Amino acid sequence: MSEATTKQEREAALEGMGCSKKRKEDARFIQGTGRYTDDIKLPGMLYADMVRSPYAHARIKSINKDEALALPGVIAVLTAEDLKPLSLHWMPTLAGDVQAVLADEKVHFQYQEVAVVIAEDRYIAADAVDLVQVEYEELPPLVDAHKAMDPDAPILREDLVGKMEGAHSVRKHDNHIFNWQAGDKDATDRVFDHADVVVSQDMYYHRVHPCPLETCGSVASFDKVNGHLTVYLTSQAPHVVRTVVSMLSGIPESKVRIVSPDIGGGFGNKVGIYPGYVCAIVASIVLGVPVKWVEDRMENLSTTAFARDYHMTGEIAADSNGIIKALRVNVLADHGAFDACADPSKFPAGLMHICTGSYDVPVAHVNVDGVYTNKAPGGVAYRCSFRVTEAVYVIERTMDVLAQKLNIDKAEIRRRNFVKAEQFPYDTCLGWQLDSGDYHTALDKVLDAVDYPALRKEQEEKRAKGELMGIGLVTFTEIVGAGPSRNCDILGVGMFDSAEIRVHPTGSVMARMGTITQGQGHQTTYAQIIASELGITSDEISIEEGDTDTAPYGLGTYGSRSTPVGGAATAVAARKIQAKARKIAAHLLEVSEDDLDWEVDRFKVKGVPGQEKTMKEIAWAAYNNVPEGMEPGLEAVDYYDPPNFTYPYGVYLCVVDIDKHTGETHVRRFYALDDCGTRINPMIIDGQIHGGLNEGFAVAMGQELPFDKQGNLLGNTLMDYFVPTFVETPHWETDYTVTPSPHHPIGAKGVAESPHVGSIPCFTSAVVDAFSHLGITHMDMPHNAYRVWQQIQELELTE
Amino acid sequence: MIPSEFEYHKATSIQDAIAKLAENDEAKIIAGGHSLLPMMKLRFAEPPCLIDINGIEELRGISVEGDMLVIGAMNTENEVLNSPLVQEKCSLLTEAIKLVADPQVRNRGTIGGDVAHGDPGNDHPAIMLALDAELVLEGPDGKRTTPANGFFLGTYWTGMEEGELLTQIRVPVREQGVGYGYAKLKRKTGDYAVAGSPVYVKMNGDTVSDIRIGLTNVGPCAFRAEAAENLLRGNVITDDLLKEAGALIIDACDPAEDLRGSPEYKSHMAAEMAKRAIRQAIEDARN
Repeated sequence: MSEATTKQEREAALEGMGCSKKRKEDARFIQGTGRYTDDIKLPGMLYADMVRSPYAHARIKSINKDEALALPGVIAVLTAEDLKPLSLHWMPTLAGDVQAVLADEKVHFQYQEVAVVIAEDRYIAADAVDLVQVEYEELPPLVDAHKAMDPDAPILREDLVGKMEGAHSVRKHDNHIFNWQAGDKDATDRVFDHADVVVSQDMYYHRVHPCPLETCGSVASFDKVNGHLTVYLTSQAPHVVRTVVSMLSGIPESKVRIVSPDIGGGFGNKVGIYPGYVCAIVASIVLGVPVKWVEDRMENLSTTAFARDYHMTGEIAADSNGIIKALRVNVLADHGAFDACADPSKFPAGLMHICTGSYDVPVAHVNVDGVYTNKAPGGVAYRCSFRVTEAVYVIERTMDVLAQKLNIDKAEIRRRNFVKAEQFPYDTCLGWQLDSGDYHTALDKVLDAVDYPALRKEQEEKRAKGELMGIGLVTFTEIVGAGPSRNCDILGVGMFDSAEIRVHPTGSVMARMGTITQGQGHQTTYAQIIASELGITSDEISIEEGDTDTAPYGLGTYGSRSTPVGGAATAVAARKIQAKARKIAAHLLEVSEDDLDWEVDRFKVKGVPGQEKTMKEIAWAAYNNVPEGMEPGLEAVDYYDPPNFTYPYGVYLCVVDIDKHTGETHVRRFYALDDCGTRINPMIIDGQIHGGLNEGFAVAMGQELPFDKQGNLLGNTLMDYFVPTFVETPHWETDYTVTPSPHHPIGAKGVAESPHVGSIPCFTSAVVDAFSHLGITHMDMPHNAYRVWQQIQELELTE
Repeated sequence: MIPSEFEYHKATSIQDAIAKLAENDEAKIIAGGHSLLPMMKLRFAEPPCLIDINGIEELRGISVEGDMLVIGAMNTENEVLNSPLVQEKCSLLTEAIKLVADPQVRNRGTIGGDVAHGDPGNDHPAIMLALDAELVLEGPDGKRTTPANGFFLGTYWTGMEEGELLTQIRVPVREQGVGYGYAKLKRKTGDYAVAGSPVYVKMNGDTVSDIRIGLTNVGPCAFRAEAAENLLRGNVITDDLLKEAGALIIDACDPAEDLRGSPEYKSHMAAEMAKRAIRQAIEDARN
């Protein structure tokens, strides 16, 4: 057997980076032995349930708890009045606002938390909720964000009246939250004033909800004897929750333990802190027994975090060849009743200024106004990185409109405007530095794969017969991996992340990270990174996350930041161990470190076959035979502050056929090419892409949180809220190119959100394309049959 | 999502269920529970007592009696779907049930529960009308058989008397020249129909000698598109005639507005589904 073969065999045995290793976590999930928050049952545990407002906007005249308290098994009923002495009736939000924990004199949205019932069992708690009598005086609701800043608009936040200095800017109106801008307004306007061609498109990115399978919940357990508070919580950011809980409760952070057990999907829904968590914690501290609060599906869809709700206008100034000269984006952001958006502190509109997309845009300006309405707070990044979906939507839609106006094919107009491969790293006019990319290659690969000219020919034939066929195309660039602490923090904590790796004497590994998996497969992929870096098989590497008592501090998992930040910390920590291992190997082999070569899983003395020490041997030696002056053990910690974001990108193409009689859209083909840099586990990447495409399909084609004029939420059950099953889900074709990130230790960029971000405008692009020959430039989502049918009726396409 | 407190009684026989129902006029029969339990969890329904008829063997079984296919009310949707006898004798049920809810619901939901609940969104009431089925009811005063035609009176309102139980569904077995069609538009798996239409035709050569068109979820209860039936009966079906029938169906509909669409949309979809089902049925009759 040759040396090379042996080396390859050893490499394969590691099941490290690049291996489609099956997910370690699946064995317990598919056997139903995962352990979720609602599985936690502690001795003496009580149950909390919420009394919620039936009105979107009303004054609370009185709350009568007597009948509820008289029900056997009811322990307590708490209202804002009860939390006031503890100063916990309001809580700070991540966006610099405050949010009522329990409604204080007024309710600001339907289903808002008004009182919490604590009872001996879940059933008694539900019965008691019905017995709490709340008298309301209805107030005029503000539902339409466009009317929020009218002079005669009802004022929502009486607590803020007269406070015109907001967290991010001066407020122009009592219902105004902030104005935020990026870019050069004057220079942009000048280009628009003299441009050959200007297009402008209004579009509404509707309010949706991440709707993870597992709803939010917590079990709080305060030990009155030693003053320790343990909270089991469905959190995507347990360490940040610990800091916030300590700050709110006054309990030292060392005595607060947050545990995120298995999580049944997050998608941004589990980043924030919700009133139910605070109520469970307060009740446990007051009563000295564990208290569980777990929301049901309707509570989840109605109250804990919406996403999107951006009214956008995209404008492009171009020359007659379609070359972009300037971009202007204007946004009216509906943030609901409290500004509880989960964004890095400095960015009230998230990373909206990535909206120049994949294009070489000379100058741009973005203007965002956030307003209050009588809807639930939230504004979370639903499977995306802080408003990137909105940014990608506005640029990709507006590019299509420009193509249409100039009668240039939508692939061609993108090709003409792409940032070129040789321009990377590319500084955008709005202040980002795109790290790497080769957009032209990706586009060509997709167009070839689907035989784009043939599709266009077929479409032409279909149009001649009066049939509706559409081709959607999107060439998106994401910004993920928040982020460099110079511009990213959450409540003042920089958005680094961390890894702590311990190599045991026998050469197995325990590693803990500050991130937290919710289905991403961290237990598998982090182990693969370490396997490749340390030459230890990934099966011998255990990964633990989510327990703040044991894991190093990290900012958590959202915004595709685990691989770009946590993965980088993992690689760097592993390299620290490898560096120490090299010293030990040199000591054991009695050579200088420079005489050693690393090969897969061992150090070899250069030019002396057979003189080598495996990582296993080195690990053993680390505990009994280290060089003089070196401390024993083989461990490392890394807190990684990334130098830049990473910028994964992709080219998506979608073909739809629309039934003229019913308005139904059939997705005939969806081709997704992603470039996420170095690929750690291709099978997991494919799984993530499938999942993201499914959720993108859901948002584009059906999901919405609709309100009536009174502010009543009309669709908060899974009967109405669209979660596609395998019956509805289209067939996905995936493809890839690999353009590593130059600044990331292993060149990886993050992938799980790209398919969501990129597919949504692609579905819109395809549906609109079916009508584009009839002069239609845009149709708002969701593209359900009813809405598409209305478009067909307007155009009088059926007799 | 937590129901109010209720008493639970597991009935051992039809007589036991009827007796228990007589004791408590607010008691509800629970069959598959897929309509009742969600309403209870939302506390839209708060029955003090549930009488569970799942254990009653007499309510199961599928057989042929003369020219009627007899289906026990407690057959689950999947039991009916997977029955070769149903496939042979009345394939409309087989084809339609494929579009009822999803496989999990079809494992629990029963054909009798679907009919007796009186929900205009349920699939079987309109199917019963199209098939000209008979319903067997048992109550304190004994057993009676009533035609499905005229049974559905309004939303959650049927011709069942107080204290009665639906025990059997009897549908005519397929005759020579008969064809069936079923078309249903729904937003997604598990949703109620935006509009649905089961159709029965009897062909004499190219002429429709008889036709029954049922309509689902486009009025307070399932009903037949009688004006359209009258127009088509005795005629050779042409595109123009179908178009005319569609207009009559639109006029006959009276759906409520909800997230599935406006009354106008739903009425148009009812016509579209009926037209598709009619074409299917004519094709089916030829084979």
